[in-house]
Amino acid sequence: MARQQPAGPPPAPIVQRLTIRYAKRGRMRFASHRDVARAIERGVRKAGVPVAYSAGFSPHPKISYVGGAPTGAASEAEYLEISLTQRCEPAEVGRVLDGALPDGIDVIEVAEVDGKLATAQLAASEWEVVWPGVAADAAARAAEVFLAAPSAEVERLTSKGLRRVDARAAVVSLSVERRGEAGSASECAILRMIVRQMTPAVRPEDILAALRQASSLAPSAPPVVTRLSQGPLAEAAEVTAGPGSAPAGSGEPGSGPAPSVGQTARPSTDKAMCLTAGNAMVASAVQARANEQLSRGTRDRLADPRAREPYGRDCPDARNRATESTTQFQRSTDWTRFGPQ
Amino acid sequence: MSVQSVYSSLETLLPLVRKPVQYVGGELNSVVKDWDSAEVRWALMYPDAYEVGVPNQGVQILYEVLNEREGVLAERTYSVWPDLEQLMREHGVPQFTVDAHRPVRAFDVLGVSFATELGYTNLLTALDLAAIPLSAADRTLDDPVVLAGGHAAFNPEPIAEFIDGAVLGDGEQAVLAITDQVRAWKRDGRPGGRDGLLLALATRCGVYVPRFYDVSYRPDGAIAAVVPNRPGVPRSVAKHTVTDLDSWPYPSKPLVPVAESVHERFSVEIFRGCTRGCRFCQAGMITRPVRERSITTIGEMAERGLAASGFTEVGLLSLSSADHSEIDQIATDLADRYEGTNTGLSLPSTRVDAFNITLANELSRNGRRSGLTFAPEGGTDRIRKVINKMVTEEDLISTVSTAYANGWRQVKLYFMCGLPTETDEDVLAIARVAHRVIEAGRKASGRRDIRCTVSIGGFVPKPHTPFQWAAQCDYQTVDARLKALGAAMRADRGYGSSIGFRYHDGQPSMVEGLLSRGDRRVAKVIRAVWEAGGRFDGWSEYFSYELWESCAATALADDGVDLAWYTTRERPYSEVLPWDHLDAGLDRDWLWGDWQAAIGASGAEEVEDCRWTPCFECGVCPAMGTQIETGPTGARLLPLTVLGRTPAPGAEQSGDEVLAVVGASAVRGGAGSGERA
Repeated sequence: MARQQPAGPPPAPIVQRLTIRYAKRGRMRFASHRDVARAIERGVRKAGVPVAYSAGFSPHPKISYVGGAPTGAASEAEYLEISLTQRCEPAEVGRVLDGALPDGIDVIEVAEVDGKLATAQLAASEWEVVWPGVAADAAARAAEVFLAAPSAEVERLTSKGLRRVDARAAVVSLSVERRGEAGSASECAILRMIVRQMTPAVRPEDILAALRQASSLAPSAPPVVTRLSQGPLAEAAEVTAGPGSAPAGSGEPGSGPAPSVGQTARPSTDKAMCLTAGNAMVASAVQARANEQLSRGTRDRLADPRAREPYGRDCPDARNRATESTTQFQRSTDWTRFGPQ
Repeated sequence: MSVQSVYSSLETLLPLVRKPVQYVGGELNSVVKDWDSAEVRWALMYPDAYEVGVPNQGVQILYEVLNEREGVLAERTYSVWPDLEQLMREHGVPQFTVDAHRPVRAFDVLGVSFATELGYTNLLTALDLAAIPLSAADRTLDDPVVLAGGHAAFNPEPIAEFIDGAVLGDGEQAVLAITDQVRAWKRDGRPGGRDGLLLALATRCGVYVPRFYDVSYRPDGAIAAVVPNRPGVPRSVAKHTVTDLDSWPYPSKPLVPVAESVHERFSVEIFRGCTRGCRFCQAGMITRPVRERSITTIGEMAERGLAASGFTEVGLLSLSSADHSEIDQIATDLADRYEGTNTGLSLPSTRVDAFNITLANELSRNGRRSGLTFAPEGGTDRIRKVINKMVTEEDLISTVSTAYANGWRQVKLYFMCGLPTETDEDVLAIARVAHRVIEAGRKASGRRDIRCTVSIGGFVPKPHTPFQWAAQCDYQTVDARLKALGAAMRADRGYGSSIGFRYHDGQPSMVEGLLSRGDRRVAKVIRAVWEAGGRFDGWSEYFSYELWESCAATALADDGVDLAWYTTRERPYSEVLPWDHLDAGLDRDWLWGDWQAAIGASGAEEVEDCRWTPCFECGVCPAMGTQIETGPTGARLLPLTVLGRTPAPGAEQSGDEVLAVVGASAVRGGAGSGERA
């Protein structure tokens, strides 16, 4: 049957696109990327940012998220792209949005995307892993074995069952430092690694699993993983991935090879370049692929709330029955708290 | 003595559990106050999973009311799932609050809100994880005072052993009175110890303290008497009623969780109480009289709540929202205000006879018309008369026809099974109703893709209702009727795919029945079930009927009563009910008369709603000194002034506009869109 179209004018056109770099810090590292997306959509509304909406019966805000850090991992370099119906000063958008987000989901930088969407991919991430109870020397030896191997298959339990991935294939570089006194109870191995974006994705935890396969490491607590930066991967970076490039755990901070991808020049063709990652890498652009899947996913309620509710909900006293008639008003968006000046 | 956060030890466990974000707090609008400068500290608990508990209005209201006070601190705690519970036990991490991850035992008061009795085992888990003795009698000055609230607190006898007190009715003023009492007691050097504080709460704050009442039993197992054992303690404890809801506009800063929750919306309670008089409905009986919020306050709360949260939906909450005296105006004016902002409106509870298509159109202006929900509760006019749900089948058919004709595609219908006097025919009739709904809908809409979902749950008799004396239907009968109904639904292939059928089996209702109308002896069953691993009884994946059944049989053996005695036995007028000393304001003889009217030999008699007919003397208003508070006020919601709606000419082209944020909330008033803050 013909699908009905909502009455009223179509949504306001997009006049500006912004790329936002944000962090997931502290206890917010336990948020999933759906949680983060939901928080950001609410923050955008709360801050009064004039976000564009899709057309249709249940309009979605036009926000695209690029490969979010996994649940449990912190990040200093998450990216999203947002489409606006009114032109705004990027820095001001960053300020008001940051104020409307929960502590720990923090806006770092906002820049305008000029003209067509940026095409360069965020091809790799730099990760830091704090691994409690693991001796740096032992971790360095494991890294050496791992890097020397042609491949390192590990298994991960996903929602679709057990998956096998080659952890080695994704690793561009890997170095180990020591925190705390060697041999003491407080000793931690600090790993720094540059990991390629791949399909299926290789996560830092996969690499740690591979390291544990390579040698017996006994962490005293789960690792604390932080994404430090994201950006394109320069060809030059590949050379650091060779065997033997893992430094011994000397305990000297920075004794590992600087992630050479960091020195990658911005592609001169990239006019939309707007974000400079503070760390070693340059995010010259944001993946153009709009992550529609994710943006829709954040709108889904728990598949069917009633189905999952306690029995009490159906008893005569729990008359808080599920929503009957929910709808969206969707004429042209106008904004009460954003002025032109 | 300062209190340390347990977060650092919890943090290492979180990577190992499902949905760790539910344990980290950090919700927008959550509050962390300084521990040392607070004199009275409350831990508020909703004894279910975070995703169910965090949207709870009661907890959010009390959290805000308490935290607004100088020198008072309130934090929240929820039930942890068994995966984390096990890790917390292994690593010695105590029950914690999500706000500042402080150990629950360090607080002065632990207030637990029971929307359903199925949270009782979760209370024990939380107490045990907190290292608070399960029995109130074993607690010391180092343990918090454990108070129960919520609807289940109207018969807290099954958990009397585990709680220090219960607060019946509205909590807003009661928590402040309790706070003042706790503060005075602490300042005075804790006179009389724990007992002294509880006596003060019982005599001055209207708190029911079970230990101050002795219960004796007759040889046949029924209660002989409930008698106060302290001077000054009232024979009967009255519920608390907040009047003038406009002066309590909470929540104003709704908690916005990062984790997904069951209600992702800002809810405004548009009125409290209901006098429709449905005989099965405990909520409608214990929350009388009806007290409306004015349209003006509702508008202000919606505006403030949306601005503070970023939610995209406003829920107009109450026991029967379409009954608000100005509901049409509220829906129209809110729809006008939020038009073009992608803000949805929802009405969580609609009566067939109060629903009108104008209202429905306002609620879905320009939007989806996906589903409407009605609760006829019974399949025949006869059974609906018994339960005093005065909706005829013709009303229902005409209402749904109008809805289908106006573009709705789906209607959900809620029913109950196991009602007093119910026959197989009453339940089978539901299939006929569903078929008629589909037929009427196809005719009215001219389409075949319309749907109807029938959802049905088991009836549980509840305290303080006319059905409090009724025999609960055994689960075998309920299951057999539901099975027959399912077959009848599918019998006619012409409707098969248009009708959805969802039901719960009868066993959980038996346990709910035991816990609802139980007395103090039931505590032994709860404890035994909990010790055997019973958790999250409201969740089908955790609930075990066999466990409850066997624990009930063992624990009650010496008392000469059993599960059936508590559930499927009809009570006589003369029997002392476990909650007779707890006063919801309802006249016991009026309830009995209404019960007799329901089951009268010559057919049930109906009772009207006292909002539009004369008082029928249920007794609440004179007993509680309250009165009906309804509109209409005649007020309207003025449009929110739209600031900066029209960009300055040329601004689009100049490329150097500066973003202007004009205040946290838009200026209200009638001056139109030119006005600026």
